[in-house]
Amino acid sequence: MRSLLLRRIRNHLMTALCGLGVLLALAPLASLLWLVVSRGLPGLSLSFFTALPTPVGEPGGGVGNAVVGTGMLVSLACLLGLPLGVGAGVFLAERGDGLFGRTVRFTAEVFSGVPSIVVGIVAYGLVVVPMHHFSALAGALALALLMVPTLSRSTEELVRLVPGSLREASLALGVPQWKTSLRIVLRTARGGIVTAALLAVARAAGETAPLLFTTLNNQYWNLRPDQPTASLTVQIFNYAISPYEDWHQKAWSAALVLLLVVGGLNLLARIAMRNSLGSHR
Amino acid sequence: MVTTHTDRAYEAELQELRDKLLAMGGKVEAAIELSVRAVLEREQAIADKVKTDDREVNRLEVEIDSACRRLLALRQPAASDLRFITTALKIVTDLERMGDLAVNIAERGIDLSGAPPLPPQHRLARLAELSEAQLKKALDAFVSRDAAKAEEVMRGDDILDALYLEIFNDLLTLMMEDSRVIRRATALMFVAKHLERFGDHAINLAEMVVFMVRGTDVRHPRSREQA
Amino acid sequence: MSAAAPPKIRVEGLDAWFGETHAVRDVSLDVRPLSVLAVIGPSGCGKSTFLRCLNRMHELVPGGRATGKVTLDGEDLYARGVDPVSIRRRVGMVFQRPNPFPTMTIADNVSAGLRLNGWKGRLEEIVERCLRQAALWDEVKDRLHSPATSLSGGQQQRLCIARALAVEPEVLLMDEPASALDPIATARVEELMHELKARYTIVVVTHNMQQAARVSDQTAFFYMGELVEVGDTETIFTNPREQRTEDYVTGKFG
Repeated sequence: MRSLLLRRIRNHLMTALCGLGVLLALAPLASLLWLVVSRGLPGLSLSFFTALPTPVGEPGGGVGNAVVGTGMLVSLACLLGLPLGVGAGVFLAERGDGLFGRTVRFTAEVFSGVPSIVVGIVAYGLVVVPMHHFSALAGALALALLMVPTLSRSTEELVRLVPGSLREASLALGVPQWKTSLRIVLRTARGGIVTAALLAVARAAGETAPLLFTTLNNQYWNLRPDQPTASLTVQIFNYAISPYEDWHQKAWSAALVLLLVVGGLNLLARIAMRNSLGSHR
Repeated sequence: MVTTHTDRAYEAELQELRDKLLAMGGKVEAAIELSVRAVLEREQAIADKVKTDDREVNRLEVEIDSACRRLLALRQPAASDLRFITTALKIVTDLERMGDLAVNIAERGIDLSGAPPLPPQHRLARLAELSEAQLKKALDAFVSRDAAKAEEVMRGDDILDALYLEIFNDLLTLMMEDSRVIRRATALMFVAKHLERFGDHAINLAEMVVFMVRGTDVRHPRSREQA
Repeated sequence: MSAAAPPKIRVEGLDAWFGETHAVRDVSLDVRPLSVLAVIGPSGCGKSTFLRCLNRMHELVPGGRATGKVTLDGEDLYARGVDPVSIRRRVGMVFQRPNPFPTMTIADNVSAGLRLNGWKGRLEEIVERCLRQAALWDEVKDRLHSPATSLSGGQQQRLCIARALAVEPEVLLMDEPASALDPIATARVEELMHELKARYTIVVVTHNMQQAARVSDQTAFFYMGELVEVGDTETIFTNPREQRTEDYVTGKFG
């Protein structure tokens, strides 16, 4: 019975160590959250979401244009990136066993490891240089390029999870292959793909580097995709590197807004995931 | 059979059934021999032994029946196994009847005890030999799954029938000549009739063996032609 | 049913491969119209592959190919220019494990084949008719719009049968349709096969010899990719011609 006691002690010790590890990992995250919330909250007001930025020293003002700009950038990026990413993922899962499929998969893997600033340069070269000025479109392209590889990989995994028996069932009903992929396989994987897309969008919304020299920034309202546009991340960057104290305060508040946006998207993804799981199993 | 069942227990159960049928056949063979001796030698003790031995035959019938039921219910036999088991179910009834016939013959022996013999006795002994040989051959055919041998048994019935008819006529003549022998002659007539029936049951056995081996039913060819 | 009626399906010299594996070897047999043919044999004997050659599902497996002739009412399924998709509408299939579409309701599962093939029209009547034919209507009529996954395994399998019936096939292929079901659900499916044979020609692959004996009119025994023997089910189970069939049905190998 001594060995049983020893085993119990060892068990409790190890459990405690694991708990400690979790605390250590959570500590920086909690302190970061606390820092952003405590510093950002004082500067937050309704007008912060709706007003244009003000020059240094002038009280009030907000990041309304940056919120709209980020929304536009992300929407454009989704428009470009989602069909491409999901489409490539479905292709890889259904037909990706050949040389072409392997090449695509390998490229996507390499691409997902490329630093985001390099993607920004690519967008700069593809859009900004020919257009001779910065634009929301260029930034959206950069964000889309960042979304596609991870989205296609996760879509592929999710589509592969769909049991082959469902595909067979559909084919045996005389449904053509392409329709089976679209109407049965994709539909069954839909919940998971929505989750993956939301997570990709959340990541894209938090990117700064690829936007620095593609969308640049804008002090005014802008809804034209071919014009430079404000974005939350770049705005935070600009405020933070400025020497002015009240801009620093605005950087904290804008950071809190960004955190809320990204956090909200993550939450949505979780809800979508739970719903999709609940409906099939 | 070169190949054996994957399920050894099943194989063993089938073998046990086969062994029991053979044991029962052997007992019936012995019973008919004894019963005819009881008649010819007018020996009460032999007749009594036939009657006690028949209990063993009846017990085996019940055992074989239940073994067949168990195999049918639990093993879902097919093809040759199925034919073997259904054959067993049928021949066990024939064997039991043959045992009863032996008892009946022995009882005629008791009736005749002390009475002097009648002339057709030697023919009766011959009829008994033939009937017993038929049973023996049918059992051999069953053990060795030999359809050709079983068909020999089926052909052998004609001699038996002819002999029975001769004995019947002889006894009839005796009775017409001397009314005092009627009682003894009738008893012998029954014995002859029982032996002839015994032979018929051997034919049934042989027919079932042919079915078991070949899977074709050889019974009642004429009535099936009409159907 | 007269033996003289032309066969519904005629298979002549069918060979099938998985890559280098020769799974079905030179098989020829006829399937009578409105009858049940059971295909039995030990695992890996090619019986499932054979079944999948009858609606050209086999060629969907990577490395799967088939040669030979399979005719449906005299029309060669493997002739040049024949669209496998159109064949699968005439030759339906039910699989080993119930596989209803999890994202669809019970009613939508039944009508899935029609809707996906672009059929427009009143679906309610067809859904009811097929569920009735699959002997499932009474159990699900009050919850046609619940998810198909809310049904029990046996009900799901009958739903899959109803789904296959909705596209009005002439032949129904069943690949071990009851092997994942409990005995009661199995009995239901078997009873259903008896009813369906009045309208459809059925080919069923089964591991369960007693099931083959119960449901089929004819039985084909496959061994190592070859058709060893095909004949009336009663003959196969009481007095087969071939020693290998005899050994298999009496449980001497496999």
